[in-house]
Amino acid sequence: MLQAENLTCERNRQVLFQELSFTCGPGETLAINGANGAGKTTLLRILAGLYEDYEGDVDWQLEEYPMYVGHKSGVKDLLTPYENLSWAAELYNCDITREELEEALQAVALRGNEDVNCGALSQGQRKRVCLARLFLLDNPVWILDEPFSAIDTKGVEILEARMLQHIDAGGLVIMASHQPVSFACSQIINLGSS
Amino acid sequence: MSAIRILLATIHRDLLIHCRRPADILNPLMFFLMVVALFPLGIGAAPAVLTEIAAGVIWVAVLLSTLLSIDVMFRGDFDDGSIEQIVLGRHPLILVIFGKSIAQWLVSGLPMTIMSPVFGLMFHLNAGGILALVIALLLATPVMILLGSIGAALTLGLKNGGVLTAIVILPLYIPLLILGTSLVDNAIAGLEYTGQLLWLGALLAISTGFAPLAAVAGLKIAVKC
Repeated sequence: MLQAENLTCERNRQVLFQELSFTCGPGETLAINGANGAGKTTLLRILAGLYEDYEGDVDWQLEEYPMYVGHKSGVKDLLTPYENLSWAAELYNCDITREELEEALQAVALRGNEDVNCGALSQGQRKRVCLARLFLLDNPVWILDEPFSAIDTKGVEILEARMLQHIDAGGLVIMASHQPVSFACSQIINLGSS
Repeated sequence: MSAIRILLATIHRDLLIHCRRPADILNPLMFFLMVVALFPLGIGAAPAVLTEIAAGVIWVAVLLSTLLSIDVMFRGDFDDGSIEQIVLGRHPLILVIFGKSIAQWLVSGLPMTIMSPVFGLMFHLNAGGILALVIALLLATPVMILLGSIGAALTLGLKNGGVLTAIVILPLYIPLLILGTSLVDNAIAGLEYTGQLLWLGALLAISTGFAPLAAVAGLKIAVKC
């Protein structure tokens, strides 16, 4: 599914990683570990196609349209969770019914808030709106940058369950998180250790 | 089919956002109104003088207020990460940008065009002059938005892009200004103005085709570094 070869990236005159090669396929979890500033976000952005100043090859064998959850949530404060999610579905060209949207919001415990502007929600609730995309859309590849930040313990459990479900269904999860996950990751890359 | 759908979805989304924060669109319109209204106060209300400067004043005011509103076109989406999601989505970025440009025109170019006959009366333009002004603005305001979107995209990654947008984009507005004012002046004098009208139409066609391409390139630079 994904083949990365000889990835080398330098930022602010510091080599973040050098000659990094790995492959991963369906049903795998790739965890990227490292201290602050080790280059986790940069690596994830390279894999998602959001950063181009690197050497080496990233080869997704198919056009996968990865789902990317980054530090910027992509949630519009002036739109309601409902409108935010329908826009996300529109971007991935998915036909979504009102019921499916409500189910996704239910899954992240946001029912009752679907018609409130996101700007009026708390930080954690906004993060949940962002993560609700994972429950709504069916992209095979997820690239998650600190998915658990600002999420409470109950939310972490829900999200981990969804990840396992996604992996079982043959999806690929690439994730950087300071918080250890309760299930075993099939591959781990440690940045900054060399 | 999906192209039209994402276009309409983008327009709908942006209009919704504009309606929920009306200050962003009302302020440039108020600015337009104030600038135009100040001239008769400063210069004096002699009809002959006002008619002479009318075209220039109104056109410059439209250009400046377009610049005021254009800077926020991508800024919000960039700051909250929406642009990243749009880049990653299945649709070509150009369609979304085109949709955003249309939405931007609906809330800035179109209202200014609709307001312009009132100013025409204020500056003692004759009926022919007012009609020409409206037609010319109808053709020229979309061009201003489209060209402005290039500047807005290029200055996106910068902290203080507003002034730079003006410096980058104002020179590109010069042909519009020359054509527009000479068109209105001709119309006031009762002369033929088909030539300028066709030129404005040509500029609109060219910028519809090429400006979003340039804006796409600018946005990608801003996102991918």
